[in-house]
Amino acid sequence: MADLITSEFVVLDLEAPDRHQATRQLAETLSKGGRVTNLDGFLADVTAREAQMPTGIEGGIGIPHARSAHVTEPTLAFGRTSGVDYGASDGPARLIFLIAAPDGAGGEHMNILAQLARKLINQQFKESLLNARDNQAVVDIVNKEVLGR
Amino acid sequence: MKLVAVTSCPTGIAHTYMAAEALEQAAKAAGHDITVETQGSAGAVRLTPQQIADADAVIFAADVEVRDRERFAGKPLVAAGVKRAIQAGPAMVAEAEEAASRAPATVGGGPVPPTASVDVGPPGGGGAKAPHFGIKLRGWLMTGVSYMIPFVAAGGILIALGFLIGGAEVATKVNGGSFSGVTYQKITDPTQIWGVAGLAGVLFFIGGTAFGMLVPILSGFIAYAMADRPGLVPGIVGGLIANVIGAGFIGGLVSGLLAGTVALWMTKWRVPRAVAGVMPVVVIPLLSTTVVGLLMLLVLGKPIAGITKGLNNFLGGLSGSNAVILGVIVGLMMCFDMGGPVNKAAYTFGLAGLATGNQTVMAAVMAAGMVPPIALALATTVRKKLFTKPEIVAGEAGWLLGASFISEGAIPFAAADPIRVIPSIMAGGAVTGALSMAFGAKSPAPHGGIWVIALIGKPLLWLLAIIAGVLVGAVCVVIAKGIGRPAEADVLTPAEAVPASAR
Repeated sequence: MADLITSEFVVLDLEAPDRHQATRQLAETLSKGGRVTNLDGFLADVTAREAQMPTGIEGGIGIPHARSAHVTEPTLAFGRTSGVDYGASDGPARLIFLIAAPDGAGGEHMNILAQLARKLINQQFKESLLNARDNQAVVDIVNKEVLGR
Repeated sequence: MKLVAVTSCPTGIAHTYMAAEALEQAAKAAGHDITVETQGSAGAVRLTPQQIADADAVIFAADVEVRDRERFAGKPLVAAGVKRAIQAGPAMVAEAEEAASRAPATVGGGPVPPTASVDVGPPGGGGAKAPHFGIKLRGWLMTGVSYMIPFVAAGGILIALGFLIGGAEVATKVNGGSFSGVTYQKITDPTQIWGVAGLAGVLFFIGGTAFGMLVPILSGFIAYAMADRPGLVPGIVGGLIANVIGAGFIGGLVSGLLAGTVALWMTKWRVPRAVAGVMPVVVIPLLSTTVVGLLMLLVLGKPIAGITKGLNNFLGGLSGSNAVILGVIVGLMMCFDMGGPVNKAAYTFGLAGLATGNQTVMAAVMAAGMVPPIALALATTVRKKLFTKPEIVAGEAGWLLGASFISEGAIPFAAADPIRVIPSIMAGGAVTGALSMAFGAKSPAPHGGIWVIALIGKPLLWLLAIIAGVLVGAVCVVIAKGIGRPAEADVLTPAEAVPASAR
């Protein structure tokens, strides 16, 4: 199974005027890395999900996500910003997790994403990501906390 | 305190699990046990019936419909969207505590001693807080009934449509027998029905086929409620055997409870690891079905056959006795088991009367058989609070089914609460049977209900007899439903048990 996250899917100094741009920049890394086959198609799926209910979560995180036919492997792209509004009631998100799931995925793949989702509300997990020094540090934190390795 | 929760969201890959995590942490921090069913993309591990039964309260954190929410009927409930659980898990857990403490009687069940709501369980835990057996039993029966009701509605309405289109003789054309002096051969090859009896015959046949599933579905899903999936096979097969031996829906209740008990017991067996894998697929279905089938066929079959024979002899001996008393007896019998052995015996007695030229017994039998569904339809209309949602739906179909002399329309009510419902509708049937005989109403038709009114002798008095029985039956049901279960109606509508927070 492909890695859930690699350093090429991490953007530590993400600068974007709004959540659409922020999501697009993260999605572009997935597209370059071969995890997303059709960038615009994937973004349309994410936007459709976002339209149902904003994905900002109190505590400074945004979790744009979708199950999409344009995704090859379950992948996490991570961005850290000075603040982008994802619709949470307590203000902008500093940590952005773009979760890309293939349309028909099940079982093992989905268990990993479920495990990731559970970690997203863990204060210590969020703090360590806020303080991560480089891309590889982010990858290591995610691998350790989500996959236990 | 024990809690169960269900989380679900539109995509099923993020919020579902975040909400689950938040609730688990909040419950742990507050010192409670919680089990969360995440209805997301990773495949939900279903809460077991036991976990739900043991839970003091239920939390829904869901933005999409909770699947199979009827499993939680009667439980104190707190409901909100997933985001609320993520942001305010501790608050939701606190609300669940409050909901549980506000409804101690509904959790412990009926008249429990006051100590039951205080945690004084043994060190092993949980024993003292298990729901009252009566509440559990009612939950099992309601599950079976709720799965059966669509079959009653679909099958009953198809049969009624068959009568409407083809006249009441359609049943005789398909099943054979005589109708108003004309004798028909039974159609043994179903593909010939269209040619012989047309659309009406086909609708009647399809409806009858759906009716053939009433008892198996009732039995199967009672067992399913008790033992989860392992209960299904022995339950359904037991129900099919109940059909074959003519045991009616009461036989289905017996086979369902039996199958559930046997399957549940077998799932608790400790087996070597190598065998464990084939237990649910092969061993439990095989053994439980064998046991249930043997018991149904060998232990229950003979007495049922004996009862039928005894009743036939008993009724045969009554021929020529006081007409009103005869009417009371066939009325009581028609409304006892709606298609079971007692009902069949009375109906057969009516048919035998027709064969010898006595049409008054048939009129009484038909009138009394129309009473149960109509009386219950009336009761659900005037006293909605006394019935569950599925029962109210069944009540709506009851008007048509009763008018068409499809007594089976009352089975959902009788199966869910036999002790209160059966005597009530029997009282109604007795009144109708007695009046029909006293008036001397006559029916040359063996079925058809209101649709053969043109053939009935003294039709207006016959209708009066039915109306009188319906009123008596409905009043008795309403009174009986009020006995021994204070505020039961509230217990069975989880959505109203606790004011749900905005979703």
